[in-house]
Amino acid sequence: MIYLQLLWVFVKIGVLGFGGGYAMLSLIQHEVVDHYGWMTMTDFADMVAISQMTPGPISINLATYVGYTTAGFGGSLLASFALCLPSVIMVYLILKLFMSKRNNALMDNTLKGLKPAIAGLIFAAGLSMMNLQNFPDFGRGQYNISVIICVFAFVASYFFKANPILLIVMSGIVGFVFY
Amino acid sequence: MLSMVEKAVVDQKKWIPNDEFWDMIVVVQSLPGVFAVNTALYVGQRVAGTRGAFAAMLGAIIPSITIILLLATVFREYRDQPVVERIFKGIRPCVVALILAPSLRMIKSAKVTWKTAIIPIATVFLIWRCKISPAYVILAAIAGSLIYALVINRRETVRRETRDEDSPVFRVQKHKEAEP
Repeated sequence: MIYLQLLWVFVKIGVLGFGGGYAMLSLIQHEVVDHYGWMTMTDFADMVAISQMTPGPISINLATYVGYTTAGFGGSLLASFALCLPSVIMVYLILKLFMSKRNNALMDNTLKGLKPAIAGLIFAAGLSMMNLQNFPDFGRGQYNISVIICVFAFVASYFFKANPILLIVMSGIVGFVFY
Repeated sequence: MLSMVEKAVVDQKKWIPNDEFWDMIVVVQSLPGVFAVNTALYVGQRVAGTRGAFAAMLGAIIPSITIILLLATVFREYRDQPVVERIFKGIRPCVVALILAPSLRMIKSAKVTWKTAIIPIATVFLIWRCKISPAYVILAAIAGSLIYALVINRRETVRRETRDEDSPVFRVQKHKEAEP
């Protein structure tokens, strides 16, 4: 049963995951945290951090981790392959059928229209993680270290395109020192 | 990542000519799913057929799976240690920022105007507040974008045909002009 659920969830994410790894975060978060409750929002945040710091696609990392925590080694392989399955079929079909220029222009315009929605999708994933589990000191005491870390990392990432791995390591050090 | 693939596939192994590689990357990039996996599948299929596609796909995902499995076992052992918990307490707010920042940058690069700002705002509201599955939101967005793209394509075709004297659209227009 759990295997079927993993298969269904990750095939679905493979089909609908337009716009790269970050866009898939929202889909994975909804299924894994909100719908099935396989992970808490805190686990999810930890996992995203680990995925960010390791090489390789974030979504494959997440699929492996979710599969492993819910159904062991077999689950991790199943979830990762389920995520790739739609790609296997689509790339095969595209190479066989050959995409015409006209279809390509249509696809291009469709994706342009999709982009603002995908950006919203990613933003929502970030907002959903802004809870008291991930910001435990919010509204308590004089200093909200978590808020300071978040604002600092946001400014560094948005305005200065700081290296995410560096930001995660720095935040970890700050957490170790101040908590 | 892409430049590494190009270097290996186009420059070193000479499996695929440069222009074909970039044409295909554009198509592969527009597909859903894991980009690295899609690229691997395309290169593998193109170079060595179905078996090649599977081999390349395995190459793209096995390192990630191995690393995460190792880390997951270690993380399970140590996650309840106070030191680890303190470190991750610091990391979590940072992760939130690392998700919010690229999404805002994406809105900027998508050239969202005050009129089209309704799209990302509605998406955020539906998913974050109403807890609607992002799957439905994506399907709705695809439908909307497809209609929009069809309208644009049609407008461009009409524009092209009105310039072409033999096209039916042009003949109709000339006819209309001659009528009064």
